[in-house]
Amino acid sequence: MELNDLTIVQITEKINKKELSVLELCQEYLRRIEEKNGEISAFLSVDEESVLSKAKEMDEVISSGQNIPVLAGLPCAIKDNIMVEGLPCTAGSKILENYEAPYDATVVEKIKKGGGIILGKTNLDEFAMGSSTENSAFGPTKNPHDLTRVPGGSSGGSAAAVAGGLSVFSLGSDTGGSIRLPSSFCGVVGLKPTYGAVSRYGLIAFASSLDQIGPMAKTVEDCKIVFDTIKGKDKMDSTSVEMPKMQNTECRMKDLRIGIPKEYFVKGIDPEVEEIIKKAIRKYEERGAKIEEVSLPHAEYALSCYYIIAPSEASANLARYDGIKYGYHKAQDGGYEEQDLLDVYLKSRGEGFGEEVRRRIMLGTYALSAGYYEAYYLKAQKVRALIKKDFEKVFKQKGGVDAIFTPVSPFLPFKIGEKIKDPLSMYLVDIYTVSVNLAGLPALSLPVGRVGNLPVGLQIIGKPFEEDKIFEIGALIEEDKSSS
Amino acid sequence: MVTKEEVQHIAKLARLGLDEKEVEKFQKELSSILDYIEKLREADVSGVDPLSHPFEVKNVSRKDEVSITADSQKLLELAPEEKKGYLKVKSIL
Repeated sequence: MELNDLTIVQITEKINKKELSVLELCQEYLRRIEEKNGEISAFLSVDEESVLSKAKEMDEVISSGQNIPVLAGLPCAIKDNIMVEGLPCTAGSKILENYEAPYDATVVEKIKKGGGIILGKTNLDEFAMGSSTENSAFGPTKNPHDLTRVPGGSSGGSAAAVAGGLSVFSLGSDTGGSIRLPSSFCGVVGLKPTYGAVSRYGLIAFASSLDQIGPMAKTVEDCKIVFDTIKGKDKMDSTSVEMPKMQNTECRMKDLRIGIPKEYFVKGIDPEVEEIIKKAIRKYEERGAKIEEVSLPHAEYALSCYYIIAPSEASANLARYDGIKYGYHKAQDGGYEEQDLLDVYLKSRGEGFGEEVRRRIMLGTYALSAGYYEAYYLKAQKVRALIKKDFEKVFKQKGGVDAIFTPVSPFLPFKIGEKIKDPLSMYLVDIYTVSVNLAGLPALSLPVGRVGNLPVGLQIIGKPFEEDKIFEIGALIEEDKSSS
Repeated sequence: MVTKEEVQHIAKLARLGLDEKEVEKFQKELSSILDYIEKLREADVSGVDPLSHPFEVKNVSRKDEVSITADSQKLLELAPEEKKGYLKVKSIL
């Protein structure tokens, strides 16, 4: 087995047994990036020098017999909307092309403290807005399983880095499916944590009531290790909370009750995707889990609701890019003299933001503007309450289910260029993932099969703060990695 | 259909400089997205309170004490234009 196929658990074992040095490991990953990143474009920047010096430091820590931290020496990748001090943080946008992060995000601080070694920053749809990573100002990332296809988005670089063996694990962010979709399309395990489980300090804000940072890795076990490292309350993010301890994490197949929302298996889903998901569900059933049809009656409104709330919050969050405090500024771009302050705003933002970002700012500004606020934004907030209540009913009522299973996306990874011209067709890719963010729930994307080369992910949705349970549920049928 | 004037008005509110061609493009795209979103009108929300966050959020306050949280020089270096430790802007009067 090659070094690049090994999981966190396997690498840690080798390091502890002194079969492998951190320097060797990191050199191999840098070599692999050198070889593959040209075709995959997972990384926007690689921090080679500091990787090697940190690897040597970590080898010393290990050989001196000190306490070895849990992620010791593990090479990882961070989505380029999460700040790593001293490294570029572009959010995939021309407006932040030359921005260098002045401090570490809390999750990055925790990864560093855990001994993780940050290889570099990964590509994304500009400001995490998109489902294919084609909206990056720096060109699209390719799906490692088929270079003519998208890796999903917006955390496409982070998913492709793990799937392509360029990183052991990575961090992404998920506002409407941005961890789960690329995890599904690239065949890796990705978690969108409960809202508040992980600090957002140092994450470039997209839609603050929906955004969460989460891990992407090769296995459920790896994903849990990273999640346990980054979770927890942070005084720098007032929406973060300490995870309540779960009473009973042990989960036996025969006690398991799984809900299948009937609204998710209707026309529009690719029959090959549906077949794989149903096969995965049957696996649980055959091994004794109880499968029940459930109803989420407001699911049909979720996408509309999301495409009001997320752009509205984005239009406010992105007001900070004004060409003054930081970021792209027309006059610096050569020979242009702005007329007045308004002109600075119009030029910096009009030219610095890409097409999809401008589209969403326009949509959000429209939904929040006088005369439309009640019909759009307020209405969406009320529908959001109904969507959340749908989930509560399914989970909480007497004999409620432990988890809900759905496909991550109705589609297989599509061709680069296939949907980019039609924004609405791209939005429909997220139809199964956005509800989870609106309701603030945790959800795992687990690879459960392939159509040809193309991976398909099962979405396992849990109750708030029951990440451990959905990890356990996922692990019950996780494919044997060596056979896949 | 969103009108051309509406697109221009929204673009100005959002401080986005758009050229003529983009205004037309946004007119079409926003209209088709808004048509899809129209679906929301069908939802019965009578008696439902709006939800702004998935879980209850509380204001968190702390003492208003002076402390150094960031190196201001480092932050200023990120600005396109600065002068004597201040961000430089166009005259507004």
